[in-house]
Amino acid sequence: MENIPAELRYTNEHEWAKREDGKVRVGITAYAQEQLGDVVFVELPKVGARVTRRQSFGVVESVKAVSDLFAPVSGEVVAVNADLPKSPELVNQDPYGRGWMIVITPSDGAEWDGLLTAKQYEEFLAEGGH
Amino acid sequence: MASRYIANTPREQQAMLGTIGVAAIDDLLVRVPSKARLARPLAIGPAVAESDLIRELRALAARNADADSHVCFLGAGAYDHYVPSPINHLISRGEFFTAYTPYQPEASQGTLRTIYEYQTMIADLTGMDVANASLYDGASSLAEAVLMAMAVTERAEVVLARGVNPLYRRVVAAYCDGPGIRLRETASPDGVVDLDGARKLVGGKTAALVVQSPNFYGCLEDIGAAAGIAHAAGALLVIVSDPVNLGVLEAPGRLGADIVIGEGQGLGVPLSFGGPYLGVFAAKQALVRRMPGRLVGATVDRDGRRGFVLTLQTREQHIRRAKATSNICTNVALCALMATIYMATLGKEGLVRVGELSAAKAHYAAERLSQVPGVSLRFGGPFFKEFTLRLPKPPERVVARLLKQRILAGVALKSLDRQLGDCLLVAVTEKRTRAEIDAFAEALGRAVA
Repeated sequence: MENIPAELRYTNEHEWAKREDGKVRVGITAYAQEQLGDVVFVELPKVGARVTRRQSFGVVESVKAVSDLFAPVSGEVVAVNADLPKSPELVNQDPYGRGWMIVITPSDGAEWDGLLTAKQYEEFLAEGGH
Repeated sequence: MASRYIANTPREQQAMLGTIGVAAIDDLLVRVPSKARLARPLAIGPAVAESDLIRELRALAARNADADSHVCFLGAGAYDHYVPSPINHLISRGEFFTAYTPYQPEASQGTLRTIYEYQTMIADLTGMDVANASLYDGASSLAEAVLMAMAVTERAEVVLARGVNPLYRRVVAAYCDGPGIRLRETASPDGVVDLDGARKLVGGKTAALVVQSPNFYGCLEDIGAAAGIAHAAGALLVIVSDPVNLGVLEAPGRLGADIVIGEGQGLGVPLSFGGPYLGVFAAKQALVRRMPGRLVGATVDRDGRRGFVLTLQTREQHIRRAKATSNICTNVALCALMATIYMATLGKEGLVRVGELSAAKAHYAAERLSQVPGVSLRFGGPFFKEFTLRLPKPPERVVARLLKQRILAGVALKSLDRQLGDCLLVAVTEKRTRAEIDAFAEALGRAVA
């Protein structure tokens, strides 16, 4: 059974999104970090950068692969996890907690409803996750 | 006519033409306008015996003026430093004698190790955290540094000091045309960067300030002041350096440089009429992900034994494709090997000695030459192994006259810098003797009298 917190929303690209006081915190799922293996580098945007839903906002690199990170919602980056450059392993150890990546102030509140629920994401993974 | 060396016989040609349904090779060229086509065979003489051919080529080669047949005071980016004999012997070994990083690089531990040692020594010399496995030459290294500064800062303007080698500036301009980077230039009225002028040009849009020291005219720049100007604006400081000088001169990294590039030819690479040379490239650790070129890293295998690998390849285009931060996946491994052997052969003391001797002899030469009536140093201020002279006669004519006396007097600057049409750039390495310098001064005296 995958670790898929019920209160979060998800993307087909294996990012999670969490609503916090009108903002959205973003990271990658437990499934994603398992598939990647040991994460060795995370490249994130600067605070103030604008991100667009379904477009790349950064890069996660593991011993196996380099993958783009996709924004679950559009908006402005208001916080970036400053621990990740030095401790990228947090993505593996605590993907929903200390391994978070960015916080976005959404520009379009309706985008949230387009994200997968935990149940939908679980079904998506059951179908193969592609 | 059947060729002895091209394995493509008339019968094979006919077979290939038959396959594609064409009667003759000329039929493939119908699209080329007839006036652009040669209607007769190439004017190549009949075959000669190999021994005759060698004699002819030797005679042609003997017409070259080179640093062995002439006394060389040429510089402007390439220098007649002594190349110790172990270099040629060692690079000629079959294990090393390739210009390329090998495919399946980890199978070639010896090659990777020499590159790792090269990177380590370059990083030490420049005072930087990391150096790459080398790029093509100083000019392409600078162009890559400019692109890297743009990527790091997400800014699109670069300020170049006028003292940066004008040929490098041309290469940078060519690289920057596509991505639309705006290049600006600071004046150097007294031979060094006008710091107040630079302060006005470097601002919130500036990705990098580029300064060469010693600069193209030979003058030493105030790297620390340049670093202050660049960093106050949030820009990177890129320093163009000649690593062979760094046995004596302070490492640019310790003066605030973020990226140090240079032409490594002086480190045991022969002049060879202009190349192949060695592009030195080193940067601060924080910038390594944006650094171009190959990187060799040290690691341990599963038994704990030391080994070498190509590292951070995810920056590179064969993995990241369009999103690569390094689009130059090759290096000049053989020239880097020459530099590695050079630095290892000379050691710390040797490199200091090369720098001290070059500087001392250059200062002696500057004194002797500027005593020639009508000849003067163009700029005041400190220089290292190269300096700019103002001549009372056209420098090109002086150069041509001294060439007949087997003296390569220097570089007449007119073609490179129109403001310095009456100037001659003179470089002096540790190879020059007092007698050679005295003879140069006497010959110069006669040439300008």
